[in-house]
Amino acid sequence: MKYFQLIWTALFRKKLRTVFTVLSLSAAFLLLGLLQAVNSLFAGSVEFLGADRLIVQARTSFTQPLPMRMMPQIETIPGVARVNHSQFFGGQYQDSRQQFPQFAVNPQRLFDTYPEWVIDKDQRANFISTQDGAIVGRELANSFGWKVGDIVPLNSFIWVKSDGSRLWEWRIVGIFDGKNQEWQDRTQLMYLNYGQFDEGRSPGARGLAGVFVARLKSPEDSQRVAALIDSKFENSVDETKTQNEQEFQLGFIKQFGDIGFMMNLISGAVIFTILILTGYTMSQAVRERIPELAVLKCLGFTDNRVLWLVLAESLLLCLIGAAIGMGLSAMLTGALPPNFPPLRTDQRVWLFAGCTVLGLALAVGLPPALRAKRLKIVDALAGR
Amino acid sequence: MNTSVSAEQQPLVEIRALTKAYVRGKQVVEVLHGINLDIPDGDFVALMGPSGSGKTTLLNLIGGLDSPTGGLLKVNGQRIDEFGSDRLAAWRASTVGFIFQSYNLMPVLSAQKNVELPLLLTDLNARERARHADIALQLVGLADRARHKPNELSGGQQQRVAIARALVSDPKLLICDEPTGDLDRKMADEVLTLMQQLNGDYGKTIIMVTHDPKAAEFARRVVHLDKGVLVDETTR
Ligand SMILES: Nc1ncnc2c1ncn2[C@@H]1O[C@H](COP(=O)(O)OP(=O)(O)OP(=O)(O)O)[C@@H](O)[C@H]1O
Ligand SMILES: [Mg+2]
Repeated sequence: MKYFQLIWTALFRKKLRTVFTVLSLSAAFLLLGLLQAVNSLFAGSVEFLGADRLIVQARTSFTQPLPMRMMPQIETIPGVARVNHSQFFGGQYQDSRQQFPQFAVNPQRLFDTYPEWVIDKDQRANFISTQDGAIVGRELANSFGWKVGDIVPLNSFIWVKSDGSRLWEWRIVGIFDGKNQEWQDRTQLMYLNYGQFDEGRSPGARGLAGVFVARLKSPEDSQRVAALIDSKFENSVDETKTQNEQEFQLGFIKQFGDIGFMMNLISGAVIFTILILTGYTMSQAVRERIPELAVLKCLGFTDNRVLWLVLAESLLLCLIGAAIGMGLSAMLTGALPPNFPPLRTDQRVWLFAGCTVLGLALAVGLPPALRAKRLKIVDALAGR
Repeated sequence: MNTSVSAEQQPLVEIRALTKAYVRGKQVVEVLHGINLDIPDGDFVALMGPSGSGKTTLLNLIGGLDSPTGGLLKVNGQRIDEFGSDRLAAWRASTVGFIFQSYNLMPVLSAQKNVELPLLLTDLNARERARHADIALQLVGLADRARHKPNELSGGQQQRVAIARALVSDPKLLICDEPTGDLDRKMADEVLTLMQQLNGDYGKTIIMVTHDPKAAEFARRVVHLDKGVLVDETTR
């Protein structure tokens, strides 16, 4: 630490240049922080999903609904504890730009397959007994200001009613929470009672379940049970593809392109740009100070100590820029209005930033540091 | 008593058949051709000679900034010609102070912090380092300029800060390469008087390269170098 002043003053020797470099670093890390927060949103949305749930979809596509009669068949497969069916509703609330998912399910089976959701007993009973009932997650209810008893009209882009209309009215009978913070953060969806959904549909579509959600007795079984389910329906009209929930979600996200890959690609470009810029600053800063570094060696600083001084300078420069940029990014993600996706500067993002700082400091600091280390005193003093 | 006498009789710097050659491309150029020289503890030697005669080269060898090609070089009882680079660095920190023609101060640090630099390599804490630097600055008469940056000081003052930096770790030996080369007569005389004082009152052994015969008059002894050999010596 006693070298701090030496490093600090060396860094701000050319104030303007250092300030510009720090600003560029800050801007880069602000961008990196946001990009990685987006990445985290997608990675995080599946990472926590356990392997104790399987999603059974039609082999061709999950948009192809499976028939209801398969449910008891799946439930008899050893290892399966409880099965529910789930149909993506694809509804739009008035002209809100905020999208949220709705699933038509069997209310009785929902909480057996998703014990992570917590709901009041009476509300649960009402969901089961109300044909046009719906329950909404706490965060979703809060963002629209919905209360129990409200009627929510949803315009489905997939499901047409038998009278030709696409407008479905759902009565909110309950609001559910998550069992912990992670799940609470995901209370941004809505479950619809399959009753009104199936009855209202055009007759041709009735009896179609969508996909099946199978909760397992033990998560270790997931691969074996998935294979059992698929082999049971092999060569039938309704061949299946069974994945755990995490794989299913990833597949769902991939629909919109590999977002993680895109974010990392842009992050890479940002890092590359800042690497060139900061690298130039550092090498320039050391080049100008060759005689001074030689004097330090004269005074008894060893070659390695001088190497470390330059590396520390590089690390300090990158750290300052990153701290400002990440600070801004964390503030921004913390202050997003509720109708934005829940971007968060989480541990994964901080870890990414930390590794980037270290890698960057090393990459831009090492070449000039090695040059400083190899510096021959007599040559440097004579200006050779 | 006996041992201490024999220790005093041993010169501080002992140079035998010292050679130094530089490799330039495929060419090997010998710059020093077998120098023999003894410098006793407490001496003040002026090293004179034409440009390119090898004065700086010899001085750098004695100060442990470079290693000789051949011969023997013993300083303060140690064969520094056999030291590796890290050991040499530690040896320099404890034994030698350097004073250059162009002062070579850190432009961004105050006089005080410049003087403290060599102490960063010691175990002294921040307060002790500041105290030592204060004393050194007092010694060169610049205690009141401690907070000034080098560019806020005159050439003579900067050189005195450099002398304070060379002194602060209390080395036995001061190595000075044309210390007054950039100074006018008046400032040069101030600096030389200070050096004489350090030699007389504090027993520092000083080796100073100079082109200026007036500067050489401040030394106890003048050694002449020409084309890499010692040619002549005058003792005052
Ligand atoms: N690193 C080096 N590589 C090649 N040649 C060198 C090197 N250092 C010194 N020389 C040569 O050695 C000779 C002596 O140089 P040195 O600097 O010791 O001279 P000097 O007596 O100090 O001269 P001046 O009075 O001009 O400072 C010169 O011819 C110089 O070109
Ligand atoms: Mg010279």
